[in-house]
Amino acid sequence: MHLVVCAKQIPDPETPPSAFKIDPAKNEVIPAPGIALVLSQFDGIAAEAALRIKEAAGDTKITVISMGAESAQQAIKQVLAMGADEGVLLQDPAFDKGDPHTTAKVLTAAIKKLGDVDAVFCGRQAADWDWGVAGILIAEGLGWPVSIIAKGVTLEDGKVRVQRVIEDGYETVDLPLPAVVTVSNEFGEPRYPKLQQIMQAARKTVTTWKAADLGLDPGEVGAAGARLKLERLYVPEKEGKAEIMQGDTPAEQAQQLVAKLQAAKIL
Amino acid sequence: MARNVLVVGEFSEGEPSTTTHELLGAASRLSDGGAVGVTLLGSGASGAAAATFPAGAGKAFTNDDAEYDVFRSDQWLIAVLAAVEQSSPDVILIAQSTAGRELAPRLAFRLDTAAAMDCTMVQDEGGALQVTRPAYGGNALATYSFASSPAVATVRAKSQDPIAPNAGATGESVALPGVGESRTTVIGREKVEAEGLQIQDAAVVVSGGRGLGSPEGFELVEALAAAIGKDKAAVGASRAACDLGWYPPSQQVGLTGKVVTPDLYIAVAISGASQHMAGCSGSKTIIAINKDSEANIFKSARFGIVGDYKQVLPPLIEAIKAAK
Ligand SMILES: Cc1cc2nc3c(=O)[nH]c(=O)nc-3n(C[C@H](O)[C@H](O)[C@H](O)COP(=O)(O)OP(=O)(O)OC[C@H]3O[C@@H](n4cnc5c(N)ncnc54)[C@H](O)[C@@H]3O)c2cc1C
Repeated sequence: MHLVVCAKQIPDPETPPSAFKIDPAKNEVIPAPGIALVLSQFDGIAAEAALRIKEAAGDTKITVISMGAESAQQAIKQVLAMGADEGVLLQDPAFDKGDPHTTAKVLTAAIKKLGDVDAVFCGRQAADWDWGVAGILIAEGLGWPVSIIAKGVTLEDGKVRVQRVIEDGYETVDLPLPAVVTVSNEFGEPRYPKLQQIMQAARKTVTTWKAADLGLDPGEVGAAGARLKLERLYVPEKEGKAEIMQGDTPAEQAQQLVAKLQAAKIL
Repeated sequence: MARNVLVVGEFSEGEPSTTTHELLGAASRLSDGGAVGVTLLGSGASGAAAATFPAGAGKAFTNDDAEYDVFRSDQWLIAVLAAVEQSSPDVILIAQSTAGRELAPRLAFRLDTAAAMDCTMVQDEGGALQVTRPAYGGNALATYSFASSPAVATVRAKSQDPIAPNAGATGESVALPGVGESRTTVIGREKVEAEGLQIQDAAVVVSGGRGLGSPEGFELVEALAAAIGKDKAAVGASRAACDLGWYPPSQQVGLTGKVVTPDLYIAVAISGASQHMAGCSGSKTIIAINKDSEANIFKSARFGIVGDYKQVLPPLIEAIKAAK
């Protein structure tokens, strides 16, 4: 079998809000000093889901693909270190500043070029822009069924069985292969590669494909192809500071708080 | 500018959901004299249609087939595409729900347009539609316009106001054709939601975070909720607490959990990460209990106690009981 994991490199999403800044002229996030670029968490979990299927099924190849800058090699290497077999970086200035639809178009073209793919695993959303649509649009582009926000994924007789998180619990869904699944944090933690695996991954080759390699016209991807136009990116205003209860003991503070809530008719 | 707006409605037991009312409110404001339609799929759809007319719909596209009671996006997609065909919408509004998250991008793909997800503002800007959505876990807001039509947008629960009910308003019901094929098969469903009052409905939500240090910490959080009243207060949790297995994921508040807008939100041992605040910043009053006076949660809270929750909660529970 051949599984594909889509992986995105993003600024660490747990950046403290105080370090988060935007350049209003460029509508861009200003990279905060000391904030690392990381593999989007949900993509690491998607890789874990694919690896567990590989372990259960045997004789399976996992290819990790990432659209991004040269630095996205690190995200690819991380998934290779976890146990994926091959990596492809989709890199072309023509891909820049697109919308989720143009990103999905590039990823779809890469999966088509790989050819013999049985299933695609994506994170439920990229933890920077939080769109949550790439996997679904890839499925549409390939004409495959999709299930999203999985907390469990197994493979049985040519079918993917997904436990999909829904509002009041979860649902078990079967999809015929080939299919796309997006994976959520309820799935569990991704494995941590061992030092030896990290060293092996460093030696694995990562292929780079550009728009032309994918048969994509630069006019249909990136900023040129985007249908969603970013008009403004800004930091919402936060109201000031909390009124902190000043009593000497927790009991006094608790009483003060209850008095405040009663005065404000909240309790 | 007059616009046709189509809302993908959801309902249960014959009643359109709160979010459907909110979407119809937004649709009415955007339509500016254009037509507002709503799709309703599943048993009881034609009954639910009557309730959408006072809420702003002029036309309801319905199919009562019980096949739709379980969401399968292949089938819903075909039905909504049929309603699109009949109503030529300029804008399609969908809830950011289990169904909407999957349906909206697929619909956009089929209509050769784009979908903006999880919008908190949808508005007219000099004749053009603009939508605003949180990004970077809520650290930023991003405003978009559409270079393609129709504009497809999913809308976050509780971000839009319904219209004042237009009592006596009537509309037209149009039956949608039969049910299409689904490639996916739903095998079963498991409910793992807490019993009793749900966090989305509660007037007070008390949430616990990683700072509780152990699952046992939630006993104090639950005791605080019980002291406020079992009919008023429900217990939520941060993702960190849910991921550690200390509390069921169905109770997670935040960007990838539930959005709550209670009168009072009490965050116990929660740092206030933007992704958590995305789920509770619409609360009327926020109280933070945290041992770190620099915690981000104090920026959003109106009142705070700086201290160890183990020392703060027991007297707080007593004080609340005494105040009753
Ligand atoms: C894409 C994405 C989506 C996410 N979605 C969500 C989401 O939906 N919901 C969500 O909650 N998070 C979400 N997160 C995670 C979020 O970024 C934070 O990691 C998480 O909210 C932190 O949870 P916490 O506040 O419980 O833990 P921490 O950040 O570890 O904070 C614990 C707090 O407890 C305090 N504390 C410790 N001990 C005590 C004590 N004895 N008494 C009092 N206070 C104490 C500490 O001072 C600290 O402020 C998401 C992250 C990403 C990247």
